[in-house]
Amino acid sequence: MDNTAVQTNPTTPAAPVLTIDGLTIAYQAKRGWVQAVRDVSIDIRRGEALALIGESGSGKTTLGLGIVRLLPTNAQTRQGKVIYQPAEQSKNATVDVLGLNARGLRQFRWKECAMVFQAALNAFNPVLRISEQFADTARAHGYLQGKALEERAKQLFKLVRLEPERVWNAYPHELSGGMRQRVLIALALLLEPQLLILDEPTTALDILTQRNIMDVLKELRTKLDFAMAFISHDLSLAAELADRVATMYAGKVVELADVYTTFKNPRHPYTIGLIKAVPTLTTHKDHVSSIPGSPPDLINMPTGCKFHPRCPLADERCKRDEPPLEPTTGTDHMVACWYWKTAHETLAAK
Amino acid sequence: MPGPMIELKNISRSFHVKRNTYIQAVDNVSLSINEGEIVCLVGESGCGKTTTGRMIVGLLNPTKGQILYRGRDILHLDKAEQKEYRLGVQLVHQDPYASLNPSFTIFDTMAAPLKRHGHTHNDAETRQRVIELLEMVDLTPAADFLDKYPHQLSGGQRQRVSVARALTVNPSFIVADEAVSMVDVSIRISLLNTLLRLKEKMGLAVLFITHDLALAKYFAWEGRIGVMYLGRMIEVAPARQLVEKPQHPYTQALLSAIPEADPDVTRHKRHIQLRSMDLPSLLNLPKGCTFHPRCPLWEVGLCDTVEPELTHFKDGSAVACHVISRQREGERQ
Repeated sequence: MDNTAVQTNPTTPAAPVLTIDGLTIAYQAKRGWVQAVRDVSIDIRRGEALALIGESGSGKTTLGLGIVRLLPTNAQTRQGKVIYQPAEQSKNATVDVLGLNARGLRQFRWKECAMVFQAALNAFNPVLRISEQFADTARAHGYLQGKALEERAKQLFKLVRLEPERVWNAYPHELSGGMRQRVLIALALLLEPQLLILDEPTTALDILTQRNIMDVLKELRTKLDFAMAFISHDLSLAAELADRVATMYAGKVVELADVYTTFKNPRHPYTIGLIKAVPTLTTHKDHVSSIPGSPPDLINMPTGCKFHPRCPLADERCKRDEPPLEPTTGTDHMVACWYWKTAHETLAAK
Repeated sequence: MPGPMIELKNISRSFHVKRNTYIQAVDNVSLSINEGEIVCLVGESGCGKTTTGRMIVGLLNPTKGQILYRGRDILHLDKAEQKEYRLGVQLVHQDPYASLNPSFTIFDTMAAPLKRHGHTHNDAETRQRVIELLEMVDLTPAADFLDKYPHQLSGGQRQRVSVARALTVNPSFIVADEAVSMVDVSIRISLLNTLLRLKEKMGLAVLFITHDLALAKYFAWEGRIGVMYLGRMIEVAPARQLVEKPQHPYTQALLSAIPEADPDVTRHKRHIQLRSMDLPSLLNLPKGCTFHPRCPLWEVGLCDTVEPELTHFKDGSAVACHVISRQREGERQ
């Protein structure tokens, strides 16, 4: 099997399909406002696979939901823009996602930007057959019906390595977790979206099923043309699938780089720490170390750099001022740390 | 050479699901764990690893087979022995949000077993001991935690309280069922390190149940890993050896499927293709070796008819596979 993932050429980045600019989202809670996403600016480029990694509470899921405007009612999008760029051949103008009315939003979701949720069982209507769920989606968007739809769906099932005949007439409960996840991916791709957002696509699945989903996603990207943003706490999933990786901490992107740079030459102390904190099958026991402290309280955040209470490099400046996300050596490698130049060496010396 | 602390002798456990229908959650598992040893039990969901753990701590009885605690069958203990076993074997649950009483302060949670079992005799002594225990699990300054309720702590801190609570009764064996899977990635290792340090200091034996083989290798660095598949133990070996040189085709397939946190390594890893993606239903298990419908090495007339026994080899590994046993005939123990 072909194992090499698609790589975008690093010298000429593709045009963005989605531009997120200064997005800030907070949730209202009893104790106060939970600052889940703080001033995040990031492009998702045409055809790329972007990984959003971070621990629980880092804001990665909120960011994903914010893009498709599926946030719960206690959330408030305070600032920022989300601009979608339709495919080059289409004559449509750019779309301001946050300004869309209900009708425009219905068109945008699924047709332009589809989302695959984490809990694959809950994403289906349990009393409808898979075929009926496909028909519903197609009808709502004025897409193919009847035999033509069935053929298109079965073609997609083959792409995601499912038996078309068995799945088409099945109820969701008749399928295993891995199969449901693949049906969901097929359903998300039904209207040929330009952008696919996947929230923890392999979490809660068994190892061999995870492998299958990863292989399916890789294969889909070689056969179809879409950009993919996936949210995960699993670093190895990012290493396997992503072209670029955005590391999030306390609602902010703290490092953004291509996947090789992220894993081979990370600059933010948090990224460096996170990679060291996850044991892999090949690492020696002595090369694993934990990040001290615990993730911040998002209601009552630390001053300055939000990582400073856990950072071995922190000094007065870090306690006072929050570093912006800025280009480092190359424009394609952005880091939000005052000491990115020396972080690697200083941490290695400790 | 310390003797076995816990010995599982051909234990099985079935559950009644509906009329005349039983599922075999654990099938004929044998394993012995020595004093002070670390053993990790790994496998996918439904493989019986949690059921095995629950039988060891006495929350479930085996339907067949025996469990020996320091040489005595746990189902036939006298009252004093029963108490010694119950206190000696402690469980740390997976979910730190559900395993602590929300209306008890941390002090209450910790003080109850101390007082009940007469480890402390007055309030000052109890308070002192609770502080000591909290410090042992790195909850410092411990005095700050005494009057807090579970909801005021993070997941990692709660799990530390669970560990400290298990230690109140001076156990000699801890079963930790997915004890770090709900804890944030960046602090998992520090929690495991705390457990490892306590193990050294108090001479504890630990059975760590997890689905994460990389974590199992880290934790059981000096110990052993057992791999379960559909209720059976299919391979047991020293941890590093099992990960570096897996024997059973299922273990090999699992290890080859796991992505690595290094793009160069993970994208060039060779994956073992199984013959079928589907995990058989526990209601209708395949005959012979339960892995044969998916196994790349299977042989007609052997694997689909005869159930393979766990065969022990000289290098300390044990594998339940006809083909591998034949290949390594000369290395048998």
